[in-house]
Amino acid sequence: MSRTNPRLFVVDETKFGASLDSALTRRRISQIILYTLLIIGALIALMPMLWMLSASFMPTGEASTYPPHLIPTRITFIHYRELFTRLNLGRYLFNSALIAVVVTGVSLVINSLAGYAFAKLRFRGRDRTFRILSLGLVLPVQVAMLPLFLLMKNLHLINTYWGVIIPGMASIFGIFLIRQYALSIPDDMLDAARIDGASELRIYWSVVVPGILPILATLAIWTFLATWNDFMWPLIVLSDEAHYTLPVALANLSGEHVMDTELMMAGSVLTVIPVLSVFLFLQRYYIQGVMAGSVKG
Amino acid sequence: MKTLIALASGFVLTLALGSCSSASAGSKTTLRVWAMGREGEVLAQLIPGFEKEHPDIHVEVQQIPWTAAHEKLLTAYVGDATPDIAMLGNTWVPEFVALNSLAPLDSFADQSKEIRRDDFFPGIWKTNVVNGKTYGIPWYVDTRLIFYRSDILAKAGYKEFPKTWADWTAAMRKIKSQMSDKQFPILMPTNEWPQPVGFALEAGSPILRDGGRYGAFEQPAFRKGFDFYLGFYRQGFASPVSSSQVSNLFQEFERGNIAMYISGPWYIGEFKNRLDSATQKKWMTAAMPGINGPGVSLALGSSLSLFAASQHKKEAWLLMEYMSRPAIQLQFYVLTGDLPPRKAAWQDTTFANNKYTKAFRDQLELVVPLPQVPEWEEIATTIFEHGEQAIRKAKTVDQTLASLDQDVNAMLEKRRYLLAQSKQP
Amino acid sequence: MTGASARAPSDVGRAAWLFLAPALILIFVFFFLPVLASLVLSVSDFDIYAIANPPTTRFVGLANYTKLFHSPEFWQALRNTFYFAIVGGPLTIAVSLGTALLLNAKLVRFKSFFRTIYFTPFVTTLVAVSIVWRYLYHTRYGVLNYGLAHLGIAPIDWLGNPHWAMPAIILMSVWKNFGYNMLIFIAGLQAIPQDLYDAAEIDGAGPVRRFFAVTLPLLGPTLLFVSVITMIGYFQLFSEPYVMTQGGPLRATTSVVLMMYEEGFRWWRMGYAAAIAFVLFVVILIATLIQFRLQKEHA
Repeated sequence: MSRTNPRLFVVDETKFGASLDSALTRRRISQIILYTLLIIGALIALMPMLWMLSASFMPTGEASTYPPHLIPTRITFIHYRELFTRLNLGRYLFNSALIAVVVTGVSLVINSLAGYAFAKLRFRGRDRTFRILSLGLVLPVQVAMLPLFLLMKNLHLINTYWGVIIPGMASIFGIFLIRQYALSIPDDMLDAARIDGASELRIYWSVVVPGILPILATLAIWTFLATWNDFMWPLIVLSDEAHYTLPVALANLSGEHVMDTELMMAGSVLTVIPVLSVFLFLQRYYIQGVMAGSVKG
Repeated sequence: MKTLIALASGFVLTLALGSCSSASAGSKTTLRVWAMGREGEVLAQLIPGFEKEHPDIHVEVQQIPWTAAHEKLLTAYVGDATPDIAMLGNTWVPEFVALNSLAPLDSFADQSKEIRRDDFFPGIWKTNVVNGKTYGIPWYVDTRLIFYRSDILAKAGYKEFPKTWADWTAAMRKIKSQMSDKQFPILMPTNEWPQPVGFALEAGSPILRDGGRYGAFEQPAFRKGFDFYLGFYRQGFASPVSSSQVSNLFQEFERGNIAMYISGPWYIGEFKNRLDSATQKKWMTAAMPGINGPGVSLALGSSLSLFAASQHKKEAWLLMEYMSRPAIQLQFYVLTGDLPPRKAAWQDTTFANNKYTKAFRDQLELVVPLPQVPEWEEIATTIFEHGEQAIRKAKTVDQTLASLDQDVNAMLEKRRYLLAQSKQP
Repeated sequence: MTGASARAPSDVGRAAWLFLAPALILIFVFFFLPVLASLVLSVSDFDIYAIANPPTTRFVGLANYTKLFHSPEFWQALRNTFYFAIVGGPLTIAVSLGTALLLNAKLVRFKSFFRTIYFTPFVTTLVAVSIVWRYLYHTRYGVLNYGLAHLGIAPIDWLGNPHWAMPAIILMSVWKNFGYNMLIFIAGLQAIPQDLYDAAEIDGAGPVRRFFAVTLPLLGPTLLFVSVITMIGYFQLFSEPYVMTQGGPLRATTSVVLMMYEEGFRWWRMGYAAAIAFVLFVVILIATLIQFRLQKEHA
């Protein structure tokens, strides 16, 4: 306020009107440019998925024509039918859903207990334990994979749901995320509950959990998507078709049916739809969570 | 606490639910069978007949793609999750024997009324015998030969498919001159080993030397075959694509974008099923041309093997017997185009009147087995990977073959060590 | 406050360890322990023969590492991985920042609509979109080459040409991943106080000046976070080449992790594969440290 621009006071009425006018047109032009860019970007972002959807309805062979067809000449559902009847897709959907739901549920409990303990409970060795744990963040998971496979073999967990679920039940990233958020819970609230004689578990359940619900929602969606989309570890651990998750089954199918473009597109649609719907329905929590987590982190 | 208990029990329940649904067959014996590609699909169609004869046995067939089959089988072995029976490429049998993962079948075969050794083609049965014991029952025989568009060859002036390398090359040059630059006389994916290996065998190469202890790639015989292989790409007869890039072979074949393809007998079935009616009259099979007259090809094929870890060996053997019946083999042939390994099945009129299988029958007279070493699959992969480097001129032929020998020798190091330790492979 | 606590610190401590126990046990047994075991594995020749018969395992010292550093395949895999991370990473970040700035513009409405669309590729399943892109990249029938033909560009053999295969994978990865970084950048941008921009504008700074003088410096921590996350992720490239090219053509898309997978889980040379995994770890660690150092020098 103290540095008001003196020039403003000397412009006369007509000049001021003209510059306002040109400012408005400039505003319009930049708006047009912005929207054009945004729409082109949106088309690029959506195009692969729209083509996937469209090709999945094309009769066999239509997706391999030149010039490429963007819209099916005739809509057919045979590829979807084939996936469910002959190619067992229902089974893989079930496997993926089961694994993703169990991992999400269990890891939420385990990570939030640990994250809360690191954030709010005072105990000896807390900082050292936390530092050791944070070392794990820079360790790529692949380093652990070979011995982990042998460990799973000795536990007879190869080719079981457990083989995929157990390594996903606790995550350093999840613990970090929760801890970060739980730091903002006021100590008074916890102490008040203690004075009321509530057990630590009770405090966790009725004070802490409600307080960190938003980050729990974010972590839940994050874990669900990551587990659903995970490929390398399930590929290694699951050798029997009956336990395949969708991505593993899809990669498997694409080896066998590389020439059946339309069928592969239908399979891809079915793999992507569940995660996409979870995201679209819950995106508010997810997007806010990602944005909030990052600013702090 | 209650909530935790509730959570925990809910969690256990979910998992119990999940594992329940996978073991469904109740009191029946469940046999798990793995098979690759189209065979896996067809096998499932043949199962009801078997289950009818044996109501107490339930068979679960799992189809795995060829590209991932080898690694899937090994993962299953490592993870103690092998099926009861698997279809194994016969080049893989030595590898799984070396791992002690297969059960010898001689005691079963000796007592069997259905399976008689002398009725199988001896060369094919032999690929399943390791250290004097039988580890697989041949299921179908396979060798590689040429599928071609007879009309395109006729247009180039060839009523019959050429019999020598020189004539074959001339024919492709002629066809190429009649094509657009996006079309190729032959489709030969760079990630398939049977072609370079087949040409080397024709040129007389043993592939490996000293009892499978070292590579024999720098020897003149391998080099001769390899040069011929490279010629396809150098002269523009084949485009250097990998099989995962081919969009739809059948469409390309229909459109005349390719005129030849080297593959196995199962493609007879695929071509019959998938080519459009206009193209049906325009394709034919031919035996491999050779250096002087008809050439050799690979003694391939698949066997049914029984895993040592199987809890149901007796039931599994019943299924293997069933699949070996001449009548079932014929049915299998009709569905897949896979050629039966039993002479009895070949006497059927289905074969006598079949113009496509004739070339295979001729070729089967001229098949050469591959080195029986456990590392074969890895060696085969290395061969085409090195081949690709030469095709794309990333390395000279000399460099390629030298590094091939070096890499393969390194792969065989453990084998040499173990052979020296115990005198048994 | 101190006296108000009705519970002895030791009780709280016990509860804390109970709360931590499941997570710590799981992470120790299924992560840290295997990492240590991997180190042991990497000095052995543990392979398929050893799985069948463990006594055939030999201690080989650093032979796996020596072999690795003499293997042209490994150097190529390392080069490919660096290519992917060093070209793909900054490209992804640039696109993310660009879209974030667009979406943060005051003139734009329907922000959340566009934001959702841009974020969608990130949540899709990598295997599925890799398959889709494999067809988009088809030399003859692919939509991409069709589009390029309209611009007068001759068909590119995206996945079949060793020079184009990695750019093709990078392009797909930029498409797939930019949305996540974009969100983080938007959050970072929103945290920059508006009066700073106003002040800069009053001082006569144009949009470009404002970006370099205000936005970029204040986005510093966000940029570091995004770079580290993106780079760590990109060094672990696996699924895209596994599904799209199987590492070819000419191993031009074989990444370090793909090579580790093939050596370890396809040929079961687990000792050798463990050595590959450790080298990857060291590379990621060094790259992370460099980024932190660069950031510090800047600040």
